[in-house]
Amino acid sequence: MTVNLHLSELDRPNSYIGKTVPRPNAPRLVEGRGVYVDDVVLPRMVHVAFFRSPHAHARIGEIATAAALAVPGVIRVFTGRDIADICSPWVAVLAHLKGLKSAPQHALAVERATWVGEPVVAVVAATRAAAEDGVAVLEVQFEPLPVVADMETALDPDTPLIHPELGDNLVFQRLHEKGEPDAAMAGAAKVVEAVFHTGRHTGVCLEPRSILANYSRPENQLTVHHSTQAPHMMQTIFAKHLDLPEGNVRVICGDVGGSYGVKVHVYPDEMAVAAIAKAMARPVKFVADRLESFASDIHARDHRIKGRMGVDAQGRIVAMEIDDLTGIGPYSVYPRTSAIEGNQVVNLCGGPYDFQNYRAQTTVVLQNKTPTCQYRAVGHPIATAVTEGLVDLAADAIGLDPAEFRRRNIVRDDAYPYTSAANMRFEGLSHQASLEKLLTMMDYDALRAEQVRLRERGIHRGIGLASFIELTNPSPFMYGIGGARISAQDGCTVRMDPDGSVVALSGVTEQGQGTDTILAQVVAEGVGVPIERVRVITGDTQVTPYGGGTWASRGAGIGGEAALQAGLALRENILVVAAAMLQAEAGALDVVAGEIVDKATGQPRMPLAELGRIVYFRGDTLPKGLPRELVATRHFITSDYPFAFTNGVQASYVEVDVETGFVRLLKHWCVEDCGRIINPQLVDEQVRGGIVQGIGGALYEHCLYSEDGQLMTANMADYLVPMAAEMPDMVIGHVETPTRESLLGAKGAGEAGTAGAPAAIMNAINDALKPFKARVTAMPFTPERILAALGTIPERRL
Amino acid sequence: MTGSFSSHVEITLRVNGEPVTARVEARRHLIDFLRLDLGLTGSHAGCEHGVCGACTLRVDGEIVRGCLTLAAQLDGSEVWTIEGLSDSGAIRDLQDAFVARNALQCGFCTPGMLAACAELLDHNADPSRDDIREHISGNYCRCTGYEAIVDAVAAVAAARRGLARAAE
Repeated sequence: MTVNLHLSELDRPNSYIGKTVPRPNAPRLVEGRGVYVDDVVLPRMVHVAFFRSPHAHARIGEIATAAALAVPGVIRVFTGRDIADICSPWVAVLAHLKGLKSAPQHALAVERATWVGEPVVAVVAATRAAAEDGVAVLEVQFEPLPVVADMETALDPDTPLIHPELGDNLVFQRLHEKGEPDAAMAGAAKVVEAVFHTGRHTGVCLEPRSILANYSRPENQLTVHHSTQAPHMMQTIFAKHLDLPEGNVRVICGDVGGSYGVKVHVYPDEMAVAAIAKAMARPVKFVADRLESFASDIHARDHRIKGRMGVDAQGRIVAMEIDDLTGIGPYSVYPRTSAIEGNQVVNLCGGPYDFQNYRAQTTVVLQNKTPTCQYRAVGHPIATAVTEGLVDLAADAIGLDPAEFRRRNIVRDDAYPYTSAANMRFEGLSHQASLEKLLTMMDYDALRAEQVRLRERGIHRGIGLASFIELTNPSPFMYGIGGARISAQDGCTVRMDPDGSVVALSGVTEQGQGTDTILAQVVAEGVGVPIERVRVITGDTQVTPYGGGTWASRGAGIGGEAALQAGLALRENILVVAAAMLQAEAGALDVVAGEIVDKATGQPRMPLAELGRIVYFRGDTLPKGLPRELVATRHFITSDYPFAFTNGVQASYVEVDVETGFVRLLKHWCVEDCGRIINPQLVDEQVRGGIVQGIGGALYEHCLYSEDGQLMTANMADYLVPMAAEMPDMVIGHVETPTRESLLGAKGAGEAGTAGAPAAIMNAINDALKPFKARVTAMPFTPERILAALGTIPERRL
Repeated sequence: MTGSFSSHVEITLRVNGEPVTARVEARRHLIDFLRLDLGLTGSHAGCEHGVCGACTLRVDGEIVRGCLTLAAQLDGSEVWTIEGLSDSGAIRDLQDAFVARNALQCGFCTPGMLAACAELLDHNADPSRDDIREHISGNYCRCTGYEAIVDAVAAVAAARRGLARAAE
């Protein structure tokens, strides 16, 4: 018995795969019955507040704790040296990123503080309020040191070194060359170039980072309730740095109030909390407040990219060249490192286009700012903005409509497998089908005509297109080969209980995207039960199979396939028992909607609850030696390709008020291809949410620093995020090119929206500004920057 | 002015229809009073300075920010949180619409968002999409991109108008 997931099978009416079903956990959340870490209260629980460095770079002097200890409710104070005795430092490098270096980082700063917001002292108290009272009266002496704020001068000989032992402020550099970019550029009919900036921004999860760690001395057991995307990774890390056997660490991850990559990293303050729990042998809670979130959550996308593109007289791209510079703060972030983003820019630039002459360099440098690391769509929005910005410039230079230019240059749908200029291997993408679908959905020609009509009335609208590729379903080539204990494999255990209900335990995690739902759909499909009979459990390292968690759009593609295979295996196990009970051949039976049926006729033979009753309570009536394993576990890992790339294309329609510089978002379209769609509504909403997150980076979000490294946008009043009133309605369409690496055929969808939106917005704004010969390439595209581009006000460096 | 300020204040109020008497620290915010003292964890603290809207809840018929309201101010007040609004069935249709339209992902903004949406529908039976967007523009949602929320509220408004017409 096999389920064949080719299209004919999927088209059958009762399949759960490809069907919108409501999320089983949503009714709980709309009643406020979610259980986030801060909702968990344990006996003897204490709270931590951190004293954070007010300096971007300073030597730490005397720490006077007496006043803090005198505050009612304060129990204990831990300095960096105290914590260093319990928690070992880490160095975030990966062996496959050659030359990547970083300095040892402690949970609490020991000798020096290296960014504003770095945790320096921890105050433990009976309540969070008392802990904050204690922090307020701590006296910490600092000797300010020279600050490295500007990434452009970070490598200059007269710039001070952040970590003198490293020899310089260079973290990582990679140069990739393919073909003959110089010759191709020299022979090009036109060469266009531009400098792009993607403003440093951050994730702003509505639920701040949260951790509640508890240590049981008699069992030598650390139990951590953690708002995280990767519980098993954290289990490994807590064990390693707190010197505990890995098996004695349990990470429990309940409801997570948004993550987007922010909650997949090791944070020094969270390590300090676990260390304090070990030291005090009692539950210790820390929930970041919003101000410390801005200064201590990872930032991302602080890049300056110089780009060039050469085209021939027919408008074919012949070469591309990029020079990327990024500042990552004072430490590479553990354990994924802060070199991945720049590396991704090199890997992804030019991705949708058919050309082979490419030179790309990324230079990753240190600065005294909040550390940066992987954030939703790592590197993609940068690479897509650079590529699509150059594509529009090239189209203009050669006199082609942007849509037509893309038609001529995107990799053809019949060209796969295809290896890009960056040596990325694509199994199967659909740029052509996606672009044509998008142009039809938006009625491109009519929109262009409307644009012309309105221009005559002094209304300046712009249309921006952006094709993109998205890296999903990563194999060990992402982290494992570099030595990081981050699982690329994932597993699922599926169990049938006596009443015929099914429990699925999975190593991937749920942070709102609907992982639990698609797992339930896939398991229901695999076993043959109604989805209401499936209960999914994720986020507990002591319970679920070891796995990587949810990041890099791997939940459906990796976790989903493991769940499908486990479900199918359980179905086979069920049928072995059913065949014995019904004196039939297992191959002549099937499980459909929770019943054993005759495979040929569909005739019901026995409900699963009856089979469960016999197996669990009257096993004596079954033949001796009959396998009666109503549990099955399967794991999945991708092996044919390092990554399952997806693709898509977005379009933005905007109106720019050339008097005020304000941009109004009129409408947004996206066609994406995530392979097999398991739940259309969930995919659409992932794309919509992702688009708006991309719009945030394009128009509003910016972590601004003063020259001495003070974060000037450290609250939600100063740091703008997308709110409902300014956001457009979004039309989402799909092309489905399933991956052949798995039976399920699903690739990822979580980052497509964010990958393409900033580029589409940028191109739309510049299209609107075209009559004024003005253009913007530095995100966020604030009214100030647009007015400066228009020459209305002077330019100011921000 | 002489005498010392009292660090604690005694309040008697109704929370979700139930009488509550408590002695609270003068600095205790409503959101902390609900979450820490009463165990009503459905309201969430997102920014603690009134910008994100996660702690939006109903006090004396109006929505307020739980992080900008002191518990000490609420003697004699009537407070409704997501728990009470759920138990009473007052926003059942809105909650069902959120689930059906997947107008929530991580769920952290959802209780506050529902309070804001419920208030709009109480005052405007036929809000335009722009009205809805404007009304919830003080409630931050990082997950959804807002469109599904707008759809859900519009659907509930239309359904309620249909019911009202049928009743006439």
